[in-house]
Amino acid sequence: MDNKDFEPKIIAFVCNWCTYAGADLTGTSRMKYASNVRVVRFPCTGRIDFMLLLKAFAQGADGVIVSGCHPNDCHYTAGNFHARRRWIVLRGLMDFLGIDIRRIRFSWVSAGEGAKWAQLVNEHVETVRELGPYEDYKKAADYLKEGVYNG
Amino acid sequence: MDKLKAKLKEWLEAGEITLAIGYKQGTREARPFFCRTAEDVEQMVFSNDFQPNLAVYLSKKEVVKDEKVAIVCTISALRSIAYLARENQIGQSQYKIIHLSPNDELMIFRSPWDIDAYIEEIPSTPSEEDRRVIEMLDAMTPSERWAWWAAQFSKCIKCYACRAACPMCYCTRCIVDNNRPQWIDPWASPLSNMEWQINRVMHLAGRCVGCGACGAACPEGIPVHLLNRKILDNIEENFGMPAGIAPREGAVLNTYKPEDKENFIK
Repeated sequence: MDNKDFEPKIIAFVCNWCTYAGADLTGTSRMKYASNVRVVRFPCTGRIDFMLLLKAFAQGADGVIVSGCHPNDCHYTAGNFHARRRWIVLRGLMDFLGIDIRRIRFSWVSAGEGAKWAQLVNEHVETVRELGPYEDYKKAADYLKEGVYNG
Repeated sequence: MDKLKAKLKEWLEAGEITLAIGYKQGTREARPFFCRTAEDVEQMVFSNDFQPNLAVYLSKKEVVKDEKVAIVCTISALRSIAYLARENQIGQSQYKIIHLSPNDELMIFRSPWDIDAYIEEIPSTPSEEDRRVIEMLDAMTPSERWAWWAAQFSKCIKCYACRAACPMCYCTRCIVDNNRPQWIDPWASPLSNMEWQINRVMHLAGRCVGCGACGAACPEGIPVHLLNRKILDNIEENFGMPAGIAPREGAVLNTYKPEDKENFIK
């Protein structure tokens, strides 16, 4: 399938202190990057519940970015350490369930890494563009529209 | 077995306990048995392979409140009790915990904290059948796994028997009982069935002892316990915490180490 013209919808869950500020720096530095990303700001990566990732897919996202402060840089000391454990466990589970984990990109972007943010988004947009729309998940999520209630 | 029955009879007759929770023979398999008199004790049966995990009743206040309880434990139930104690759900000497070891030795634990030394010697392992299915799934491509689980979850009727059977699912208000917000659609549907299982398993991550009671309780025969087992394997691999033994430093997802390793955060 040729996905050249496909514009993926990417949701980024980022922490307030590092990655959100980093993304802000990308903008104030006038760097151009893919406009496919919608940023959702959280107080900390530790606050990003795994359900939010699932909900993003259920509501039509084709890809997800999760990013926060580098280890040891958390504003709340340990939020990103807790998040890291959570993602390690969640990622294994999602893979076991057959959810396409290539569509979720985890990263650490500090407030000074404006260029890294631009690169991260561009890379992930390309990855997801190649993978195409997330049809499997949409089919499961759109059961009301499809009239399929179970199975 | 006779030693166990004799002990329970002695306790019941002396009034040291008012309720003994154990197993008796059901139509096909063993079932839970709530025993209140010395005569009834005769009906008790026991094997370490029995399901369900009886520790589940200890977190149900309507069952154990105002009772002096002795509980007949399989190894899995002992593990659960050790975890419940760590989570402050069980008091120091609230229950009489009685167990028959695989070599038929009668064991009585005065306190849940005494269990650790015994179960640390016995690894929590999946059955051969479970191991076979997990390996089969691991060998599949992600889209094949997705299709396999979708077919399994399509049988789900959202009865929450998997939750009810689990000693660690003791929240008085589960995420699926809350409707502000309604995280997961309460009816059975492809998405909500999967979301429910992800939530159940994630909320048990690092707390599950791998007893398999959830899968055994499923009236549709969905092997939901494999998800828990997968996480147990994952935790052992990544954090070096063996399955079924309550970590002294706290549950896996409640703690962290700065040197935790992963290879996907770039």
